[in-house]
Amino acid sequence: MHLGHTHDGPAAVSADARRPDGTRRALRVGLGGPVGSGKTATVAALCRALRAELSLAVVTNDIYTREDAEFLLREAVLPPERISAVETGACPHTAIRDDISANLEAVEDLEDTVGPLDLILVESGGDNLTATFSKGLVDAQIFVIDVAGGDDIPRKGGPGVTTADLLVVNKTDLAPYVGSDLARMSADAREQRAGLPVVFQSLRGGDGVADVAAWVRGRLAAWTA
Amino acid sequence: MSRAALLVLADGRFPAGGHAHSGGAEAAVKAGRITDAATLEEFCRGRLHTAGLVAGALAAAAALGADPGELDAAADARTPSPALRTAARRLGRQLLRAARSTWPSSELDALAREFPKGAHQPVVLGLAARAAGLGPEDAAHCAAYESVSGPATATVRLLSLDPFDATGALARLAPELDRVADRAVAAARRVRAEGADALPAASGPLLEVGAEWHAAWPVRLFAS
Repeated sequence: MHLGHTHDGPAAVSADARRPDGTRRALRVGLGGPVGSGKTATVAALCRALRAELSLAVVTNDIYTREDAEFLLREAVLPPERISAVETGACPHTAIRDDISANLEAVEDLEDTVGPLDLILVESGGDNLTATFSKGLVDAQIFVIDVAGGDDIPRKGGPGVTTADLLVVNKTDLAPYVGSDLARMSADAREQRAGLPVVFQSLRGGDGVADVAAWVRGRLAAWTA
Repeated sequence: MSRAALLVLADGRFPAGGHAHSGGAEAAVKAGRITDAATLEEFCRGRLHTAGLVAGALAAAAALGADPGELDAAADARTPSPALRTAARRLGRQLLRAARSTWPSSELDALAREFPKGAHQPVVLGLAARAAGLGPEDAAHCAAYESVSGPATATVRLLSLDPFDATGALARLAPELDRVADRAVAAARRVRAEGADALPAASGPLLEVGAEWHAAWPVRLFAS
């Protein structure tokens, strides 16, 4: 099935909730955050947690390699045709915020080739604290930071920490080793985020990605309602 | 005709995907052909008179209302490198999305139906100019300018080149760019009577070879 052959209208332009054939498109959730905070590991864990109940796909935005896409392939979290890599020309935030065309193509092509899909995870390349996703690309965004990046990050704020629909503070298991104060991070995050949710997680133990997966299920229920 | 519409279309921040492409500069930097502002200027000069001229003529012809399908085939014939054809179509698809949203037009919708996976970028650029109320001269200038502005901004990132030096190189190329655009428009005006064969077919072999080399790298900053 390809656009233009079976549909009357030309391809969608931006964040239209309906595909050209009138069906509802997949929910798109963006994951952003600094380098090394655990975005790809969170995506992999989400795929494992959700793939039995949902039809899902992933778009990665590697800055200069296909490492993130290849990690997901190696871990076999999804079949290869459900993982697509976008090249970002040395500017990962541009590709998810200022000029989203390549990412829009990637999500639409995934829906065309392996759809119908319930959920597409769009992972940003590791970037800085100001990087956020355009509303033209994703319906909700998760910002992933980690305890080892400094426990003052929630206090410093910035668009990712303050406005993301979900803030994930990752690698809580490392807190004792790097001297990070989780209670302080939690209080600072609450203060910055005006009621938006925060999840503290460790993918190496406890409930792993369960809280984030539950949040995604909630967004999906709202999207399909 | 609106001069301001030309500024919108030609703006380097127009969200049409160009930021992820280096116009061959990444391969030329790696090969040691671009090392500083002077060699960047020479690289851009070569690209302007080859790929830039062809792109300008295709864009001007599209702006004049020539058949996009015929122009797309002409662009294919003038682009030996499969990697460059893929990149041109990808950029064309991205530009088409941005243009349809910015200047809604039945011609752009028709192009999206005919080429769901993208037509060559200069063809889309010409039709976008047409939809914006611009003429063939504007379209040719846009295409010719993009042929040099892309490599210049990419080289600033690749070599940490002084951005003032890169911009100075573009400014020095401006008079030549005007002449290339004039030639492009003159050729485009012949398409109605003579068909797409009237379009120039200049090419830079190293750009084509470099694009194939670049496409095979496992690690790179730019998509092309």
